[in-house]
Amino acid sequence: MRAATAERSPLVKSLRKNWDLYLLIVPVIAYYIIFHYIPMYGLQIAFKDFIATKGITGSPWVGLKHFERFFDSYYFWRLIKNTLGIGLYELAVGFPIPILLALMINEIRSERFKKTVQTVTYAPHFLSVVVLVGMLMMFLSPQHGIVNLIIRLFGGEPVSFMTEPGWFKTLYVFSGVWQQMGWSSIIYLAALTGIDPQLHEAAKVDGASRLQRIWHINIPGIAPTIVILLILNIGSILGVGFEKVFLMQNSLNMESSDVISTYVYRSGIVGAQYSFSAAVGLFNAVINFGMLVIVNYIARKVGQTSLW
Amino acid sequence: MVKQSFGDRMFDAINHVLLLLLLAVVLYPLVFVVSASISDPSAVLNGEVWLWPKDLSITGYKKVFANQDILRGYLNTIVYTILGTCVNLVMTVMAAYPLSRKEFYGRNAVTALFVFTLFFSGGLIPSYLLVKNLGMVNTMWALIIPNAVAIWNIIIMRTFFQQSIPGEVQESAQIDGCGNIRILLKIVLPLSLPILAVMTLFYSVAHWNAFFNALIYLTDRGKYPLQLILREILIQSNMQEMIQTNEESLAKSIMEAESIKYAVVIIANLPVLLLYPFLQRYFVKGMIIGAVKG
Repeated sequence: MRAATAERSPLVKSLRKNWDLYLLIVPVIAYYIIFHYIPMYGLQIAFKDFIATKGITGSPWVGLKHFERFFDSYYFWRLIKNTLGIGLYELAVGFPIPILLALMINEIRSERFKKTVQTVTYAPHFLSVVVLVGMLMMFLSPQHGIVNLIIRLFGGEPVSFMTEPGWFKTLYVFSGVWQQMGWSSIIYLAALTGIDPQLHEAAKVDGASRLQRIWHINIPGIAPTIVILLILNIGSILGVGFEKVFLMQNSLNMESSDVISTYVYRSGIVGAQYSFSAAVGLFNAVINFGMLVIVNYIARKVGQTSLW
Repeated sequence: MVKQSFGDRMFDAINHVLLLLLLAVVLYPLVFVVSASISDPSAVLNGEVWLWPKDLSITGYKKVFANQDILRGYLNTIVYTILGTCVNLVMTVMAAYPLSRKEFYGRNAVTALFVFTLFFSGGLIPSYLLVKNLGMVNTMWALIIPNAVAIWNIIIMRTFFQQSIPGEVQESAQIDGCGNIRILLKIVLPLSLPILAVMTLFYSVAHWNAFFNALIYLTDRGKYPLQLILREILIQSNMQEMIQTNEESLAKSIMEAESIKYAVVIIANLPVLLLYPFLQRYFVKGMIIGAVKG
């Protein structure tokens, strides 16, 4: 018995000494298991015909039926096109702008001006999506919206931005830029303050211009941060957020606003086709996860930065 | 100082001009909403308000405060925010503190268990079925429990505990016979007020602005949070009961509807709007701690 105690694993030893630490974290582990891992287990309904009375485990298996139905459906290509389109558009516009903004803010000498720019550009981040979309609708209203008032002032025809499918993606992306660019720039600003000032001094002595110093010192200095955020962003390209798309969506702009997540909501929560929408959601999650793994792999091969 | 070259001065000038333009673009919609909310509705509709308010009027605000739905939604949101934030804070500390201690064997495994959920999840439908099976549909718990803690905030707090509280202090307390829980309560938490403030802000803003869980889990209008009511007013333009069409002309009711929208945006954001200048440095500090990779 005694010998066994002495050979106990470090886990048991640690458990004995710091049992209260383990007790503290138990509720959080329980939370993660219940609210994050049980739904992953519940994903099996994507391969079953979910019958409420039989529960998730008791429902009969049907193989890939729901996936096939989704791939063959009229909506499939439209959903892929819109989800990917919005994701790529957002990446192309929304990703570089905060970097640019951080580089510009970093060059301001006057502390007061710097603080003003930061305070103002961070502010929209705290508006809720509902309010943001509400503001979009007020500003873009064809009758009274200020944007159309200006268009009319210059003799143009008012545009019904919110119901015009062609405008949807642009409105979505640029309203996002307006709301988030300041906030997203914080992380790059933090990285910029970590750059050794001696590098700049040396470059100045060598006669480097401001632009040259930004190009050769600041940008390489924040490159690891850029890569990490890029990986995370690419990993969620298909994960185009439900909330804003859903709020901006209406029957007239569906053609370009219907994305996978809103489709899952419509067919699943509203239409109660649980198994089918779980299959659609799983398809989406697997592709996202796959992209994340691939991009991370490439980043690790090309540079030294990666998520894991 | 090395003397500024012409190119450098040009650079500064262009940088300043661009940033000033950007300031205008970001600020303009915000100022406009404020101005429109306190202007005469007809002036707003006729496009006479461009920047500053015209013919001051508080019709919109009066209508908003006379509306039962909005007031109830406001009250509900306050309750959800306070309760939800308390749960969030307690859970975050309960996870972050053990994970910050070297003595906690297996903390990498536990962190991995948490972090994995960032990259893969069961998705909407299985989560919905779970909440339904747990009997939380149409209760306020559906807005609080499924969002009990956020992994990103656990990491931020853990990093803070590790970096800002000297391990020696904790060790010496331990030698003096202090248990882990007492160290947490008497030493770590009092030294962590800044990060607790940051977390309170992050979580409470998230609760204040949330509408998605309420949308899928609540069916009883009496339990709706403010954001769902806002959605009806701002996006679905559902205001029949707020504007009495029977006694007034259609034109007037359209005007009132518009001024209600502007006023409601201001009122919904009032708490954040008022606190923002004071809280800004905390928000930023939290983001920067979060940026330090753990």
